[in-house]
Amino acid sequence: MKKILIVLSFLLFGTYANADCNIKSGSINILANDFPALRTLVDTAKECKGSADFKVTHSAEHNKIAVPALTANPSEFSVRVAANSSIVPLMNGDLIRPMNDLVKKYGKGIQDSQLITIDGKVMAVAFMANTQHLYVRTDVLKENGIAIPKTYEDVVAASEKIRAAGKMKYPYAAAYKAGWNLAEEFVNMYIGHGGEFFKAGTAKPNINNAKGVATLNMLKKLADLSNPDYLTHDSEAIKVEWEAGNVAIMTLWASRSGTLLDDEGDAKITAATKLVAPATVGGGNIPAATLWWDGFTLAKNRPDADAEASFRAMAHAASSKEMVAKAADQAVWLVEGFVPGPKSVGVIEAVKMGAKPYPMLPQMGLMHGALGNEIVEFLQGNESAEQALKDVEAAYNTKAKEQGFL
Amino acid sequence: MPNKSFFWFFIPTGLAMILFIGLPIISTGVQSFYAQHDQILKEVKKCDPFGCKVSVQIDQEATSKIREEKPLGKFNGFGTYVDRNHLATDQLSNFWNESNSAGEFLSKVGNLPFYKALIFTFTYCIIVTPCVLLLGFVIALSLNSISRKIRGALIFGTILPMIVTPLVGSLVLFWMVDAEGIIGANLQLLMNDPYLSVKSSKTLTWITIIIYGIWHHSPFAFVVFYAALQTVPQEPLEASIIDGASRFQRVKHIVLPHIYPVVTFVALISLMDNFRVFEPIIGFSAQGSAQSLSWLIYDNLVNEEVILFGSAAATSIMTIIGIAIILTPVLIRTWREFRTNR
Repeated sequence: MKKILIVLSFLLFGTYANADCNIKSGSINILANDFPALRTLVDTAKECKGSADFKVTHSAEHNKIAVPALTANPSEFSVRVAANSSIVPLMNGDLIRPMNDLVKKYGKGIQDSQLITIDGKVMAVAFMANTQHLYVRTDVLKENGIAIPKTYEDVVAASEKIRAAGKMKYPYAAAYKAGWNLAEEFVNMYIGHGGEFFKAGTAKPNINNAKGVATLNMLKKLADLSNPDYLTHDSEAIKVEWEAGNVAIMTLWASRSGTLLDDEGDAKITAATKLVAPATVGGGNIPAATLWWDGFTLAKNRPDADAEASFRAMAHAASSKEMVAKAADQAVWLVEGFVPGPKSVGVIEAVKMGAKPYPMLPQMGLMHGALGNEIVEFLQGNESAEQALKDVEAAYNTKAKEQGFL
Repeated sequence: MPNKSFFWFFIPTGLAMILFIGLPIISTGVQSFYAQHDQILKEVKKCDPFGCKVSVQIDQEATSKIREEKPLGKFNGFGTYVDRNHLATDQLSNFWNESNSAGEFLSKVGNLPFYKALIFTFTYCIIVTPCVLLLGFVIALSLNSISRKIRGALIFGTILPMIVTPLVGSLVLFWMVDAEGIIGANLQLLMNDPYLSVKSSKTLTWITIIIYGIWHHSPFAFVVFYAALQTVPQEPLEASIIDGASRFQRVKHIVLPHIYPVVTFVALISLMDNFRVFEPIIGFSAQGSAQSLSWLIYDNLVNEEVILFGSAAATSIMTIIGIAIILTPVLIRTWREFRTNR
């Protein structure tokens, strides 16, 4: 009872503690993905709500809602929390507004590096970074005398050694679920090989080449070392495999580390789990990984008063030193005052090694979609790498023509 | 019923059908003939926390002008229908000229997304529909001759697959065929192959989805057949018993002809349902191995970050035409019977 009272009093008086951003008018309605760091961010933004109307929708299906909801006029949401890839359809449809004036007026705590500018216009304010990197089981590696892998060739050799030792049947795991996840793995590996997806300055595809073939062959090698059901495994599924102790090396999002390292599950596995840098591939020196940012955007089809209120609340969260201190292990925050912990290793190493961001191009979504469907048959062994890449380009060309890119 | 009162009874339903089914289909049809305007791209400087880069971007000012003039998009005629992701007419003629044998031609055609989906959809329809009819009829016959005391409980158990939400039903089977699930692991033991995976093998995935389809749809056929069996007149049956007809002969010559119109009805509904197979593909995460026409529409609408309305509309219209073609023989037959009965 006492606890409840304390919590209640915090809820009641906590909001008044930050009177500096007390918003008087306008209405705020946020659409965001659903993971702990974003919940923390939105809760921090709520501290500012004052007498303004404040609503939030956390949904894993946010991508499917966003475009229709922001196309309506007035739009359902005033704020959309987006990432490199999900900002693209918003930009293509001209659904978000530039916020240069708001940044000047209310964005005191926001660092310049947090601003996403396109042609000089601030279209989003980033607050956290993410990437996919390696997770290793130090105990298994030590037992078999294997050093921490630095390249995907090392990963293959190490996994083969672990399998040969009879320790694990499927020592490697990555989210290879047909569709978005599988395409993302291709994107990572292709960038690691130094590939470019489009011919410079155009929307013409450029993946049917030696780098594309090398990418597919590496994916196939890794797939053969994974659980045979890999084509149905997303990030959640491979996390379960990891916690069950079936996997020794894994490629997974940095933002998913939270539940892997908590107190639940086998303490031995948790203690031996180590987050390391992303691997390189094919002798390249940049990691086979893409950098991602999460940031907030403001809907265009909403009155200026709502945009102003929304910006003030979100800017408060995106520059809150208390928040990043309190939630230091939830994400790699881009906010000033963030002190990286052991869970940030992957992202920080990736940045140091010069990893590239996921391409923020208007036609990238079409390429991503084509990849997710067309390379499956190669992995199943029903098609050659060249044929698979030819199919991807053909499928992409058709879609790009319909969308007016070619 | 006089035509006039039929008309007044029908008007509310008719209006609702036009409003909620007719108009959307017309709108879908119109959309399928349009494509997006040419995107005007320009190179701009983009900066994010990881650095700056010059790359292409849609020129909003130029694009929005064109959009306002013609909001539907660029008229494309049958362009979307014949492109590679649909009927692929150009590719078909190329393959025909390039290929040395019919087998090579067919394997190339099977690699095109629309035909890939069509092959799976047809296979599913052709296997599931007769199996559902047969299984439903056999269950109905056996339950009809069982003691009345336990019949109620058995009927309830039989229609359970229909009560269970399709997605939940498919997920249960999905977990059972997992490499570590009860069926998946036992198959590995049985085949003595530790790398055998139902989910990664195309054939096994198809078989799983088809078995699921039969399991899910049979109760519907059973319920309808069971109801029809209650109307079979007892006199001819008793007469045939006296004449020494076997059980099989009785079913063939008396029961089946009597419930024949119902069989046609169930076949019609099953064909329509099966042609639109969708949920099991999502439930089994099987899009890698099995794609149906409905799944293609879903993929165009939600799986991409750019929504392909034209593509989805074209596939929808072709699905409607496909169902119409499949149903034609059954409908013609029903029509003929209707005429002769008059």
